[in-house]
Amino acid sequence: MGSVTATVPPPITRNIGWMFRTFAAITGSGFRRYSTYRQATLAGAFTNTVFGFLRCHVLLAVATGAGGVAAGYTPDQLATFVWVGQGLLAVVLLWGWNDLAERIRTGDVASDLLRPVHPVLNYLAADLGRAGYALLTRFVPPVVAGLLFFDVAIPSRWSTPPIFAISVVLAVVICFGCRYLVNATAYWLHDVRGPMMIWTFGSGVLAGLYFPLHFLPDWVTVPLWLATPFPSILQTPLDVVVERDDWPVQVGLVAVQAVWAGLILLACRAVQGAAERRLVVQGG
Amino acid sequence: MSAVPGDEPVIEARGLRKEFVVRVPAGRFRRTRRRVTAVDGIDLTVRRGEMVGYIGPNGAGKSTTLKMLTGVLMPSSGEVRVCGLPPVARRTQLALRIGVVFGQRSQLWWDLPLRDSFALLRHIYRVPAAAHAARLRRCRELLDLDDFLDVPVRQLSLGQRMRGELTAALLHGPEVLFLDEPTIGLDVVSKQAVRAFLAELGRSGETTLLLTTHDLADIERLCHRLVVIDHGRVVHDGSIGALHARYGSRRLVVAELDEPLTTPPVLAGAPLLRTEADGRRLVFACESATASAVVARLAGLVALRDIAVVEPDIEDVVARIYRNAASEGGADPAQGCSITRTAKVPGASASYRWGTSPGNVT
Repeated sequence: MGSVTATVPPPITRNIGWMFRTFAAITGSGFRRYSTYRQATLAGAFTNTVFGFLRCHVLLAVATGAGGVAAGYTPDQLATFVWVGQGLLAVVLLWGWNDLAERIRTGDVASDLLRPVHPVLNYLAADLGRAGYALLTRFVPPVVAGLLFFDVAIPSRWSTPPIFAISVVLAVVICFGCRYLVNATAYWLHDVRGPMMIWTFGSGVLAGLYFPLHFLPDWVTVPLWLATPFPSILQTPLDVVVERDDWPVQVGLVAVQAVWAGLILLACRAVQGAAERRLVVQGG
Repeated sequence: MSAVPGDEPVIEARGLRKEFVVRVPAGRFRRTRRRVTAVDGIDLTVRRGEMVGYIGPNGAGKSTTLKMLTGVLMPSSGEVRVCGLPPVARRTQLALRIGVVFGQRSQLWWDLPLRDSFALLRHIYRVPAAAHAARLRRCRELLDLDDFLDVPVRQLSLGQRMRGELTAALLHGPEVLFLDEPTIGLDVVSKQAVRAFLAELGRSGETTLLLTTHDLADIERLCHRLVVIDHGRVVHDGSIGALHARYGSRRLVVAELDEPLTTPPVLAGAPLLRTEADGRRLVFACESATASAVVARLAGLVALRDIAVVEPDIEDVVARIYRNAASEGGADPAQGCSITRTAKVPGASASYRWGTSPGNVT
């Protein structure tokens, strides 16, 4: 049995290479885990595409009613806004994630705490893997449907795709952080249905999913953008991809996202630390 | 050959204590906060290579102790070191050096095949590829994993999953293995496989093992040392033999007779415990007399159809300890049994501070 055991303490290393490999391995596992649910992927992509038609026609009707341009968006831009938004919805995973809350409720979170990786990093890495899988399987179908059935605005500046890519990654991180915080309320409440309902309603309205936030007056949108993370989850990447603003403004919006991503991850770490200090692991 | 445990303590706990604050209804609208003690000043030293059975009735504080030793729960007071590290403060470093199996939880990824879970654990625990491959190969041989390595964990039977859990806990070569009811719910064959594996592990003397269980056959098969706790306190710490000696366990001689006796024989040093089967079966307890002496004496006195020597039953002894402890601890019925129950109920809230004193708070 000698090969199964060890008596020498393993080297405690903070080697960046190791950390990167660990993070990448967990990310890869997130991708593989979600790729096992193929029927759910198919059903989700179909549903998002169907709702894309509804939303697109509604917003195009609004633009027509407004004389062709609504809140600064042309009909082509609105179509892009809707179809890319329908794809991004699954990539950032705005709704439907309660894995952490469920593990807290059942006490399985103890297994997460017994790994030599900080729980926030562990869940973040897995979520990035999930987002990667969603990008391939849930983002593409609605965007292709939009391209096929509507006149959509295609980015014209070379700088837009890379800024959009960075914006999407940051949006995933921010949305993950928000979901983590909502789930972490289970450490105190045990039943997260209340916080989850508030999140579901609040994020849908304030992230720009139901309608572009520019439909609201500036005195609402500016504080919303700066004081809350919600617009950074969907509205910012969508405004970047439809090229609503010049590139310096696009970069500025992504910088706001980066600040929010950092703040949210710090908040997750602080909340996790506070939770662990008062943790009651459920079950024997 | 069994290795002699080393002198170096791997687990050291002094005055380890865990209190939970629970809220109980006190009228229609009022709720009273009450502090209950799950672990009440445990002292424990486990040396390298020891295999220790840690047992107690439901709610005694076994799992709570294990969670404090592994860094998942912060103690209310007391000192604890595992592998020389304070478990809570250095949890992630400690995780590299311990393995934990909770029989009622899974550390594997539900959606992934075992093979992928093991590969992921290699990266998480930063194990060199060669060492990982060697340990996995050994576990595959001993635990017979090959038939279900490519099956997603969610499709495994409980016995298969538990074998996967044990492998997952050992792939990084832990110095200490904590097992919380590893055989719970397993069938006989799976239990035997798990026990044989752990016995093999213990024979090398390299891995320290702390095992909690309600199945005392696990303890008899695996552990030389037994720690019994109740109401959060250690009530016995020693060998199984010492337990029998302390609680007066006796070997029994069961004699089946051809014909019932109206006056059973009186044997010096072996009182008749009971008569069964209408006087055809006599049960003697060996006190000062040896079993062989009792058998020889009986053979000379009566016509025997069959005879059996029954070893002392550890379950009886432990049940007696539990009953004694329960009656001694009866002054506060809220302690012990309700503590862990309260902590398990979703909605129960708890908080703690270092060095808080026991007692009710409102």
